[in-house]
Amino acid sequence: MDHITVTIDGAKVTVPQGATVLEAAEKANIKIPRLCYHPDLPPVSACRLCVVEIEGDRMLRTSCSWKCQDGMKINTKSQIVRRSRKMALELILSRHPMLCTECTRNNNCELQSTADQLGMTETRFEYHARPGDIDDSSAVLVRDPAKCILCRRCIQTCELVQSVSAIGLEGRGYDVWVDTPFGKGLDDIACVSCGQCINRCPVGALYEKDHISRVWDALDDPKKHVVVQTAPAVRASIGESFGLPAGSLVTDKMVTGLRMLGFDKVFDTDFTADLTIVEEGTELIGRINNGGTLPLLTSCSPGWINFIEHFYPQLLPHVSSCKSPQQMFGALAKTYYAEKNGIDPQDIYVVSIMPCTAKKYECQRPEMSSSGYQDVDAVLTTRELAKMMKQVGIDLPALEPGNYDEPLGISTGAAVIFGNTGGVMEAALRSVYEIVTKKPLDNVEITAVRGMEGVREAEIDLDGLKVKAAVANGLANARMLMEKIVAGEADYHFVEIMACPGGCIGGGGQPMPTSEEIRKKRVEAIFAADRANTIRKSHENPAVLKLYEEWLGEPNGHKAHELLHTHYTKKSVYKETVA
Amino acid sequence: MLIAMDAHTIAQGARSVLDALKRDLEMASLSNEVKIVETGSLGIYNKGVVLVVFPENVYYIGVKVEDVADIVSEHLIKGRIVERLRYVDIPQMEPGKKGGEVARFGKQVRVVLKNAGVIDPESIEEYIAHDGYEALGKALTEMTPEQVIKVVKESGIQGRGGAFFPAGLKWSFAAAEKSDVKYIICNADEGEPGTFKDRLILEGDPHSIIEGMTLAAYAVGATEGFIYIRGEYKMSIDRLNKAIAQAHENGLLGEKLFGTDFSFDLQVREGAGAYICGEETALIESIEGKRGEPRDKPPFPPKEGLWGKPTIVNNVETLANIPQIILNGADWYRKLGTPDSPGTKVFTMVGNINNPGLIEVPLGITLREIIYDIGHGIPDGKGFKLAQMGGTTGGILTQEHLDLPMTVENLREIGAGLGSGALLVVDEEKDIVDLVENFVEFFNHESCGKCTMCREGNGRLLDLLQRINAGEGKKSDLDLMLELAETMKTSAFCGLGQAAPVPILGCLKYFRDDFIKKIENLSPAEAA
Repeated sequence: MDHITVTIDGAKVTVPQGATVLEAAEKANIKIPRLCYHPDLPPVSACRLCVVEIEGDRMLRTSCSWKCQDGMKINTKSQIVRRSRKMALELILSRHPMLCTECTRNNNCELQSTADQLGMTETRFEYHARPGDIDDSSAVLVRDPAKCILCRRCIQTCELVQSVSAIGLEGRGYDVWVDTPFGKGLDDIACVSCGQCINRCPVGALYEKDHISRVWDALDDPKKHVVVQTAPAVRASIGESFGLPAGSLVTDKMVTGLRMLGFDKVFDTDFTADLTIVEEGTELIGRINNGGTLPLLTSCSPGWINFIEHFYPQLLPHVSSCKSPQQMFGALAKTYYAEKNGIDPQDIYVVSIMPCTAKKYECQRPEMSSSGYQDVDAVLTTRELAKMMKQVGIDLPALEPGNYDEPLGISTGAAVIFGNTGGVMEAALRSVYEIVTKKPLDNVEITAVRGMEGVREAEIDLDGLKVKAAVANGLANARMLMEKIVAGEADYHFVEIMACPGGCIGGGGQPMPTSEEIRKKRVEAIFAADRANTIRKSHENPAVLKLYEEWLGEPNGHKAHELLHTHYTKKSVYKETVA
Repeated sequence: MLIAMDAHTIAQGARSVLDALKRDLEMASLSNEVKIVETGSLGIYNKGVVLVVFPENVYYIGVKVEDVADIVSEHLIKGRIVERLRYVDIPQMEPGKKGGEVARFGKQVRVVLKNAGVIDPESIEEYIAHDGYEALGKALTEMTPEQVIKVVKESGIQGRGGAFFPAGLKWSFAAAEKSDVKYIICNADEGEPGTFKDRLILEGDPHSIIEGMTLAAYAVGATEGFIYIRGEYKMSIDRLNKAIAQAHENGLLGEKLFGTDFSFDLQVREGAGAYICGEETALIESIEGKRGEPRDKPPFPPKEGLWGKPTIVNNVETLANIPQIILNGADWYRKLGTPDSPGTKVFTMVGNINNPGLIEVPLGITLREIIYDIGHGIPDGKGFKLAQMGGTTGGILTQEHLDLPMTVENLREIGAGLGSGALLVVDEEKDIVDLVENFVEFFNHESCGKCTMCREGNGRLLDLLQRINAGEGKKSDLDLMLELAETMKTSAFCGLGQAAPVPILGCLKYFRDDFIKKIENLSPAEAA
């Protein structure tokens, strides 16, 4: 039997075998309140909000985990169910500080909306603070255990999605809290700063370090020439922060909004994404032809770089020496752009808009100052940019379209797909094919590397030269690939790794909520942006070609190496044990 | 001469007494005449070091090193009983006989405890001499695994860990699973306050557990076993490890047992003291090296247990019954107890009772018989207020239940259960709110913290109780307490959170006035 029928509050619903009661209820258009359940994660049944009554069962059951059985009769709204849910929420609320207006998640908080849904008017228990101290040791993330509701999504995300396990539960009974091992703080352990925990936190117990105020300071400073770059994935998601449906592409409105904020130039990280393809493609061809270390691993995702530095330092020679597009942009803004426009690089302030939290860490790495200054000064997440716009009343959906500034705003369709898992691979193959075969590529859409599966493999025939490629998104999947490489069972030439599920569109700095469904819509928006571009191969970007011609010289050449390439550092799990 | 060497008597100085005995016997040249057997608990609790001299069957209690000279010179040499140390309030132990005649000890019937206090638990020879490993030999050479399960099913034995799930049925679930690896786990993480039956079984007769586990393994097709035991049970751990080594030396554990193709081995895993690890899925998580927290069920362990493999988790007492059931048959077992609750149950009597300790009685016995006949009643002639049956999560029994036959279904009917077999007797003068606060304090400490209901619920119940106890309570607190307790019962994640409010609900039902008095801040005189 593939399908079964259950009765929910009197209505018959047919669901696939194995469906949970929660899924069946959604099908019956009933939104059951829940705080620990998240569609990306297996149920933990901890919050007890989603309980329902099942006929013939003396216990209430959590609908997130309880499987439907044919003929089951479910009541989601009986008195005992309502009373139980309210009690559970009352217990949770009475340990929550209720400082909503001071909280980063105000108006975007699942606890708030659940309290609203259940019509909470009072909590009969007095407030008891939760144990655990604020951990702001990391350059990227802040953990505030006082706000935590112990749903464990962050722990599960870190362990199951990312295979990092930087946080876990401490203590027991009434006084449990989420902490890093031995309470060392995120900066002292192998946290990779991916921010996926933030994306799944229902409340404000996890958030990114604020860069908004320093960006306002720069914009307010008349001496500063403030330039901004926008990562590919931001255009496909920021609309969600303004109430637009997932998958809304708002590139041109976003450009206008950035101008309204006061940025002197609005540029695009897509420009340096194209540049990355030229540099990395050249590196790949070089490694294949000269017997270099293979497979070549991509280096754009800073969470992934942190991961490999911590967990697989022996594989660092595999990682491309190319800086990420964000850092290539920063280096060029304070050299090439400064020189061309006669601006003192000391006065240039570079802001990135990123779907990513780890970029906040990346920009302050000591290697990332090849201009002589910190190449990128501030990194705003997609969420932070939306907040900035809201602070000054910019209503993004209503804005007139605007265009990026030249020359660092010119890009191809190959660059924008960097936002999707498999995108760097596809963009690289588009260029590598034409460079190697010297023939035009007719169909630029290399669908073999597209998709949402955790690990995908493909073999692409480049006029006789077969390139074996693998793509992984999510660090747990990356770990599987690394294990294969360590075991000598991988014969790939080129491997793309993105730390976040779905790639950058699912980044830790993206609007909440997140789910596979939402990520798929963003992916589609990115592909639409690629299709809309008349140029779809990075090596055909006229601004990139001009950059090489008038300033950089050869790809992988001396100047390129100085500005666009970097090196990596072996890290241990704990700082003091670094070898 | 038997000397009880359990953790309790050792704490009371049993080792020094033993040394003194050995020394004095040597000096009197009696070392070859008197055999000292170091045995497990004799079922006498709170009475210091306990000795029994045979053949007279004289019990000495509260024996100190300075008493040893008297016992040797008076009793052993001159044949005169040392009356000042003698414990007369003790029934005659009637050992069991071959053919299934059960051992009796006054009103007690001993199946699980038949060897405890009788044999030297550190001697496999003595265990074998008392029919030990005979059931295993019989099963492996004369019975199919299906037949073993059939006998256990027909015996009707229910799990003695507290849930009373039919053991044979549980085994049949695991037997039906197709898997290259299956596990047998003995749950010896005895953590219920007031419960020490498993410890005394393990200290007194460790081989019975090894034999029971091996039989279970044969029945379900497991090859590996774990005994998960409280880390504090040092003596049980030592004796188990010795017993495992002896079983290996004698070919009773390891490869190709009794010349068959069946192999089984087991190891001891020590728990770190969390009460929740007595819950079978939390126990499994702990063996896997994870934080001890319960898993969502289903799937149940017989389908997906340790490392995802079919796993049987049985309590110590359940497993200790198995060899006797296999040896003597299902009908023999069914003659003990009642039709719906067959067999015996080991109880530990604690609280306001004259004769606390470990007893084994057939199910169907009344509370009155346990408390007044076996337990010799309540000290100082005080009246009986309540008994809590089954440990801290147990239901509350009052006057009206004194003559209720103690069976699984009778207790279930009144919202209680046999649980772990801990019987806490409370006299009429004890403060109910204090008592309940004490229970809740325990749960508040022992909740794993996973689910809202148990983690926050116990904390809030404690808070309310403390307030009432401090004379700052309101009548509405009782309603809130009741609502919270009822909700925990239906909506907590696991058995701990669901059962934690049971004693509160019982006390609120039977002794609500005691709470009201505290809230109204009446002095005992005013209240009277």
